[in-house]
Amino acid sequence: MKYKDYYSILGIERGAAADAIKKAYRKLAQKYHPDVSKDPKGEAKFKEVAEAYSTLKDPEKRAAYDQLGSHRPGEDFQPPPNWNRQSGDAQFSFDEADLADLFAGLSGRHRGGPGGAPLRMPGEDYEVTARISLADAYAGTEVELNLTVPEHDEKGIVRRVPRLFKVRIPKGATDGQRLRLAGRGGKGMNGGRDGDLYLNIALHPHPLFRLSGHDLYIDLPLAPWEAVLGATVEVPTLGGEVRLKVPPNTHAGQQLRLTGRGLPTPGGKAGDLFALAQIVVPVAASEHERELFKQLAQDSTFNPRAHFKSEAGK
Amino acid sequence: MKAEHVEAVWLTEDARFSLAELAELAGIPEAEVRELVDYGAVMPVDPDAPTWIFDGRCLLTIRTAGRLRVGFDLEPHGVALIVSLLERIQALESQLGSLRAQLPQCR
Repeated sequence: MKYKDYYSILGIERGAAADAIKKAYRKLAQKYHPDVSKDPKGEAKFKEVAEAYSTLKDPEKRAAYDQLGSHRPGEDFQPPPNWNRQSGDAQFSFDEADLADLFAGLSGRHRGGPGGAPLRMPGEDYEVTARISLADAYAGTEVELNLTVPEHDEKGIVRRVPRLFKVRIPKGATDGQRLRLAGRGGKGMNGGRDGDLYLNIALHPHPLFRLSGHDLYIDLPLAPWEAVLGATVEVPTLGGEVRLKVPPNTHAGQQLRLTGRGLPTPGGKAGDLFALAQIVVPVAASEHERELFKQLAQDSTFNPRAHFKSEAGK
Repeated sequence: MKAEHVEAVWLTEDARFSLAELAELAGIPEAEVRELVDYGAVMPVDPDAPTWIFDGRCLLTIRTAGRLRVGFDLEPHGVALIVSLLERIQALESQLGSLRAQLPQCR
C-alpha cells in the first residue's frame, strides 16, 4: 500500500487543531472543488484534499491514521501488526488496497443501522469524460471505458479491480452532455444500491464546423461576383455535401440556414447548420481581372460608406 | 478482460425522475431536495402537481448540490445560492460559446 501524507496534502502540521484542519480544507476546496474550479487538474487535487480531510476531521480515523506512523509520500508500507485488531475486524488486502479504502472501511464497521444492523451503504458514483469526434456524435458511436475501481468481496476485503465497459453513445451527443449508466458505479454494501456511472461527453474541435448546442456554423467564402450575382455552391455537412443556393446580393456576415443539417438531438430532431457568408478577394488578381475591376470601379455608383456622412454628426 | 456492454441514458429534459429517485441518486435526503425546490435551485416539471416529477437536468443540478453540500459543509440556502450562480455562469459561457461559433475564422 502506498503511503499518503494527509497532513502535507492539507499543508498543516501533524499536531494541527481541528479548526485549523477545517480552515485549511476549506481554502483548498474553494480552489479545487470541481464544481467551482477551472483548474484542469482541480478534480484530481480535490479528491486528494477531500480524502485527507475525511480522515483527519474524524478523531477516530485520525488516531488510526497517526498509528500508521510517518512515511515518505508514495512509499510502500504495511500497517503495524496491531493496527487491524485495534481498528476492528474487517480485513484488507493491503497490497492492492488504497489508503482511502482502509479508512472508508473503518467508518463502515463502526456505524450501525437501526437495531444494530449494518448500515446500508450505496455504492460510489463514478464520473468520466469521453472525448469523441463530431462525426461520431453525428452518427452515434461506441466507446471503451477502462476503470480501476475498489470492490469489496463478501468478507469485506477491498481490492482495486479493473473494469472494462463498452458503452454505446447514441446519436444526440453534444459538448457537455451527460449520459447515465445505471448501476455501473461502485458496488453497494449491506444491501445498498450500486452507484451509477456518469459519462460526460466532450467533442474534439473540428477544422470546419464550430458548435453551439446542436447547431453548427461553417464559414462560407464567396467571390465578390458570387455574392452579387448569386450562386449555387457545394457545402460540406456531416451527412455529406449538399448544394446551397446563395441568393443574389448576399452580404458578408449573412447567415444561410440549412435546416436540420446540424447534430441530431436525443429527442429525434436535429440542430441546423448555418453557413456564414464571407466575401473574399483573390490573393493575386490577374491583369485581366484587375482590368475588369477597374471598369467596375469606374461604372459603379455604389458607395459602401454612404452612411458615414449622414451619421457621423449624430 | 471481458467487456461489459452497457446501455446509457441521456440526462436531458426528456428524462424523468421522481422526488425519491432524485434524492437517492444524488445521495441527499428528500427533505433537502424539497428545500432546494423552495429556494429555486431546481424546478419540478409541474410544481403544482401533487407528485413532483423532475427532468434529467435536475438530476445533474441536485448532484452538484450534493457535492457542494458535502464539499463545503453548507446548508441548503447556501447550496441553492451557489447552484443558481453556477447555472448563470454556465448560461453565460454557453452564450459566449455560441457567439464565438458565429465569428468568422480568418484564414
